[in-house]
Amino acid sequence: MTAGQADQDTAPGNTSTQETPAADTSEAKEATGAGGWIADALREHEEHERSEQAIISPAGQPGGGHSHDRGRVERRQLPMADREQQVLDRIDRARRRRPRVREERITMSHGAGGKATHTLIEAVFLDAFRNPLLEPLEDAARLHINGSRVALTTDSYVVSPLFFPGGDIGDLAINGTVNDLSMAGAVPLYLSAGFILEEGFPVADLSRITESMRAAADAAGVQVVTGDTKVVERGKADGCYINTAGVGIIERDVSLGVANAQPGDAIIVSGMIGDHGVTIMLARGELDIEADLESDTAALNGLVAGLLDAVPGVRALRDATRGGVATILNEIAKSADVGVLVNEDDIPVRDVVRGASELLGIDPMYVACEGRMVVVVDGSQADSAIAALRAHPLGEQSAIIGHVTDGPAGIVQLKTAFGGTRIVDLLVGDPLPRIC
Amino acid sequence: MRFVDEFRDADKAHALAAKITALCEPGRQYKFMEVCGGHTHTIYKHGLEDYLPESITLVHGPGCPVCVIPMGRVDDAIHLASQPDVIMTSFGDMMRVPGGDGSFFDAKARGTDIRMVYSPLDSLKIAKNNPDKRVVFMAIGFETTAPSTAMTLLRAQAAGLTNFSIFANHVTIIPAIKAILDSPDLRLDGFIGPGHVSTVIGCRPYEFIARDYGKPVVVAGFEPLDILQSIYMLMIQMSEGRSEIENQYSRVVPWDGNMVALKVINETMELRPYFEWRGLGFISHSALSVREKYASFDAELLFDVPGVRVADPKACQCGEVLKGVLKPWECKVFGTACTPETPIGTCMVSPEGACAAYYNYGRMNRNRVMETEVSRA
Repeated sequence: MTAGQADQDTAPGNTSTQETPAADTSEAKEATGAGGWIADALREHEEHERSEQAIISPAGQPGGGHSHDRGRVERRQLPMADREQQVLDRIDRARRRRPRVREERITMSHGAGGKATHTLIEAVFLDAFRNPLLEPLEDAARLHINGSRVALTTDSYVVSPLFFPGGDIGDLAINGTVNDLSMAGAVPLYLSAGFILEEGFPVADLSRITESMRAAADAAGVQVVTGDTKVVERGKADGCYINTAGVGIIERDVSLGVANAQPGDAIIVSGMIGDHGVTIMLARGELDIEADLESDTAALNGLVAGLLDAVPGVRALRDATRGGVATILNEIAKSADVGVLVNEDDIPVRDVVRGASELLGIDPMYVACEGRMVVVVDGSQADSAIAALRAHPLGEQSAIIGHVTDGPAGIVQLKTAFGGTRIVDLLVGDPLPRIC
Repeated sequence: MRFVDEFRDADKAHALAAKITALCEPGRQYKFMEVCGGHTHTIYKHGLEDYLPESITLVHGPGCPVCVIPMGRVDDAIHLASQPDVIMTSFGDMMRVPGGDGSFFDAKARGTDIRMVYSPLDSLKIAKNNPDKRVVFMAIGFETTAPSTAMTLLRAQAAGLTNFSIFANHVTIIPAIKAILDSPDLRLDGFIGPGHVSTVIGCRPYEFIARDYGKPVVVAGFEPLDILQSIYMLMIQMSEGRSEIENQYSRVVPWDGNMVALKVINETMELRPYFEWRGLGFISHSALSVREKYASFDAELLFDVPGVRVADPKACQCGEVLKGVLKPWECKVFGTACTPETPIGTCMVSPEGACAAYYNYGRMNRNRVMETEVSRA
């Protein structure tokens, strides 16, 4: 008899399946979490619970629910669906509370582009630097300088491996910053480039990187006009990190932002999603999967110019980098306080990307792209937007994937290809870090 | 995409759903437990509950390997990882599981060397490449992953490695199902049997459920149509008054299991007298440890394991959720104090956990879904 089968023939009455070594039970300490965050979270929960008793106790029972116990009894008496609804409302309020970083130290989740990243940005960076220009948390800040509208952005690149099918850290560093400026409706002009190099890094690799940066800058029509170099001891960095910042000028009379989204607007993606992220995961060679796939890294300024020339009703543009399309959709729903409904069937994904994601247990909706954008456009102009995008080589596979609704605010819903419905929330953890 | 899309055909789903609904007796409520966390994930990811009539309730069982790991065990693992020259390795799912004092991610941020691997064999590679380090693999999972741990042990021995060991946390599914069946506060009508576990142990071990408890079991695959079909098969059994073990997943699951896999498990591991399950408490003969013959690869013997025991926070109701007594949203702290980003209970940690699946995908009742569609139209 093998271990796996050992219990198959035991009659249920013959063994006590839940024996608890009595002496141990009393010794168990109650969990507090690192830095006592569990205790903190529970205390916070209790405070809110108390303050919400009045809201939770059902209408039509005046005076009820002030005592904690009475409130609970009344909740139990409600029909199931109403109780579920109340819990969902309570969660909704909890989600809108001011974010707090509970961890004592930075973990990899803080860089993954999901919830932890958002919490860190809002609770630490926004808190420290708060000003009206930063607050929209768009891809680039929009500044007024001597009567001109200028966009400013910065981004750091730590991708591993440095070279991958379809590109390398160099063209990524140019295209990413060009795209962040383009998403603000700006014409990208000048970039800076800062290098952090690890002792021992091959000069030939650095030349290869700078060569591809030059080519990418030429293709996008921008110039690298200032820079910086630092070298750190072996082991203090991973070969080569690059930071680029960029400025562009906003000449058009547009004010793009996800907060502009309105019910009835169409949501478009400009091409196949997830190519870059899956390419990087496969290029790391840890998975022993081989596929014919290249990163989608590309400068989108040409595509954006064509779109904005043709369609006045564009409300927002976002490049779907870390966190993928799902993260952008959540940002739309949250910033504009609207619902978003997308159709899984309409989302363009390559079979190879879908297959690899299926094997890895990840959802292509969360996988990074480096040359795709999400467009929010007035619903009545959706078709002309698609026509304008498809006229450009980078937008040939553009597709309308869904709409902005006045449905549950702040929530993204997906109509699955299977015919069901589910929520698409921000991603919590990312076990595959450093993809851009 | 071939071999996947066939199992996600919405037309077939509608047809099956209609057949299921036709079998429901008016006024009767049906409660089926899907034992496996993979099924829970499929159900929410594809919005499967939208297809089911209101009278059928799916209860999410304990078959999520990381959900049942007690917090003390995570603390023990972090203690091991903090020893000099240790590299701790485990699956990605394990990284965020909270212990009494934080997760692997937190421990990693404090400076311990914890690495994510896709297979225990990757840990062997790390051991070979780092001869001056002691590499520990935290082995988790049901009979599904136990064979790969067993093979890794055998290979480590064949390679004569002296710096590799296993911290075994493998659990077995049958005692957990039995504990649930013996739980007084639960009334189930049948089980959607675990698919992956059954590829190893086969269908025979479930026979006592039909024989002694009179409940039907249908071992199911992981695509949405698999699950709908297995619910249909359960409903047919119910309507005909039968309770038998049936295999919906016969394209993968052999009735007698995988003898080779069972042999290597048996060669390298043995049943523990008892093991603590998070939420379910101590269950006898429910977990595996490394056999004495392989003692030189047993981290529990090589290191001083403190045997930390951590009680769940009183507000945490993971136990009731794991047994299906409570729906995830009925837990007091669900979604407010306990969320996927700050999971107090393990049901919230893994995407296969009932609470995380409900929070991430299902947090919307059917009425609200319908309202959205009306407002869109």
